[in-house]
Amino acid sequence: MSDTTTSEPTREPTTRPTSGADARSRTGEDRPLVRALNVLKSFHGNEVLKGIDLDVHRGEVVCLLGPSGSGKTTFLRCINQLEEIDGGRIWVDGDLVGFRDDGGQLHHLTDKQVATQRREIGMVFQRFNLFPHMTALQNVMEAPVQVRRVGKTKARARALELLEQVGLGDKPNAYPAQLSGGQQQRVAIARALAMDPKLMLFDEPTSALDPELVGEVLRVMRELADQGMTMIVVTHEMGFARDVADHVVFMDGGVVVEQGKPKDVISNPQHERTKSFLKRMRAEDDEAAADAESLETPDA
Amino acid sequence: MTTPTTDDRPGLIEARPVRHPGRWVALAVIIVLVAMLISSFITNERWGFSKALEIMNQKPVLEGLWKGTIVGTIGSMAIGIVGGVIIAILRLSQNPVLRGVSFVYTWFFRGIPRLVLLAMIGSGIGFLYANLDFGIPFGKQLASLMGLSSDFTFFTLDVNQFSSSLLAGIIGLGLSEAAYMAEIARAGILSVDKGQNEAAAALGMNRGQSMRRIVLPQAMRVIVPPTGNETIAMVKDTSLLSAIPIITELFYQTRAIGTRTLQIMPSFVAVTAWYLLVGSVLMVGQYFLEKRFGRGFGTGAPNKRFARPAGAGGA
Repeated sequence: MSDTTTSEPTREPTTRPTSGADARSRTGEDRPLVRALNVLKSFHGNEVLKGIDLDVHRGEVVCLLGPSGSGKTTFLRCINQLEEIDGGRIWVDGDLVGFRDDGGQLHHLTDKQVATQRREIGMVFQRFNLFPHMTALQNVMEAPVQVRRVGKTKARARALELLEQVGLGDKPNAYPAQLSGGQQQRVAIARALAMDPKLMLFDEPTSALDPELVGEVLRVMRELADQGMTMIVVTHEMGFARDVADHVVFMDGGVVVEQGKPKDVISNPQHERTKSFLKRMRAEDDEAAADAESLETPDA
Repeated sequence: MTTPTTDDRPGLIEARPVRHPGRWVALAVIIVLVAMLISSFITNERWGFSKALEIMNQKPVLEGLWKGTIVGTIGSMAIGIVGGVIIAILRLSQNPVLRGVSFVYTWFFRGIPRLVLLAMIGSGIGFLYANLDFGIPFGKQLASLMGLSSDFTFFTLDVNQFSSSLLAGIIGLGLSEAAYMAEIARAGILSVDKGQNEAAAALGMNRGQSMRRIVLPQAMRVIVPPTGNETIAMVKDTSLLSAIPIITELFYQTRAIGTRTLQIMPSFVAVTAWYLLVGSVLMVGQYFLEKRFGRGFGTGAPNKRFARPAGAGGA
């Protein structure tokens, strides 16, 4: 994955403007890879996002935390235009997402332009969404061959390399139905990486997995983070957020309640809603741990 | 594997199966009925099986079978399937005009009986439009307006001659079939999980690529079984070609021979046997097609270990 690392040797310090600094100031290195300003989104009159501001710098890992229904998945999908935003702006690498700004007048992008923007952004879904009629190898090769017009031989070599990277070098010819959930999700990660994205979005990548399969997926994500990939991760895995994230964002009710370094937000939350959410998560974790322990010592 | 049968620990199960007296009664009744039927075949000379076999092998009958039934079915189903998929895609398009066109097409061709449609193509179209000119729309009017000698017509089709040909009949059946296939294809496309489209979109594939590479191959799994049904129905509906009228058609020819030689019943037996034979061959073909498009869905995958729908993450 040497070609996806950025020129910056280390991750930027996370000094972030709290609100509307001029997003169009294109000062190269300082410019965040993702900038969201006052993002608004409603479904049938139900406001899901009520003005989200977020900056993600190159090489950063940002975890979005929060109870279900807080809008974190919707926000993630807006970055990739799987949902269209109603208000505010999102820029990825300086490009306005979904629209063309013509002297203040916005124009919708054509389907083709939208597809071009999405190429640069990899996405991993909660339910994997692998193509079931293709083998693992074909899944990974599909987009480079069809979208980037990479030659088949080259795409195959690269796909095998990526499958190796996610620990599935021995299963190129398996169909998704023949793989476990954790293996499927790792193929899905390889598939997204095959497009050499600037940014990876993870939508609760471990929520559909059996507990014993979560670790293998998180390990792959951790390696990706270590290689300098810019990642936005919606997750309930507090351990992952605490250890891997450069920045965590706690959302509730369509707003950002609290954000900062993981050790501040997770270990020392300031806001009441953050505290109660984390307490609930911890209680669940303890329960799971207790279950695991009782399993380890079966009755004789 | 040890199976201790000592002590109190229960060993291997040797239970008596549940009796199914109903099955034996049913079998006895069916055997008697079949025996009666076979005995009637032998004793009732009016069946005329040897005559039927003769009729089956007559040259006009074989020609009718080949041109009318087999070529007719293949041709009309090819038009029907391709047309049906296109109409289904139009129906699901984001363009409201195309959606409307697709709706009206289905409404029209599903609404009129094939017999009526074919009769109309055979005699009606040629009466209304004796010639079909292919050229620039309103070419004649434009030419006279501009005072040109040319009328912008590139070639002309004699409709009266064309409309009574086998090709016209195949097109007629195909257009009608497309309306039904459109509904089948639409159901197939809608059956594919919407996460598949999202995954394709997230990879930067456009709508066409996503439809062609991701959605349609999966929709085929749902489309193939009812299409097999439609094909077998079409084999039988080719007998309607005689309404055009096209006489190189299986039923028309067998019946003609039957009437001419006063072998009415043997001719019916002959035509029934041919339809059953063609239908049987198609059923075998359908089995292999279903296997092919079931790839990756447990049934078709080699060494299946997890028999759950993939892509949906087993949920």
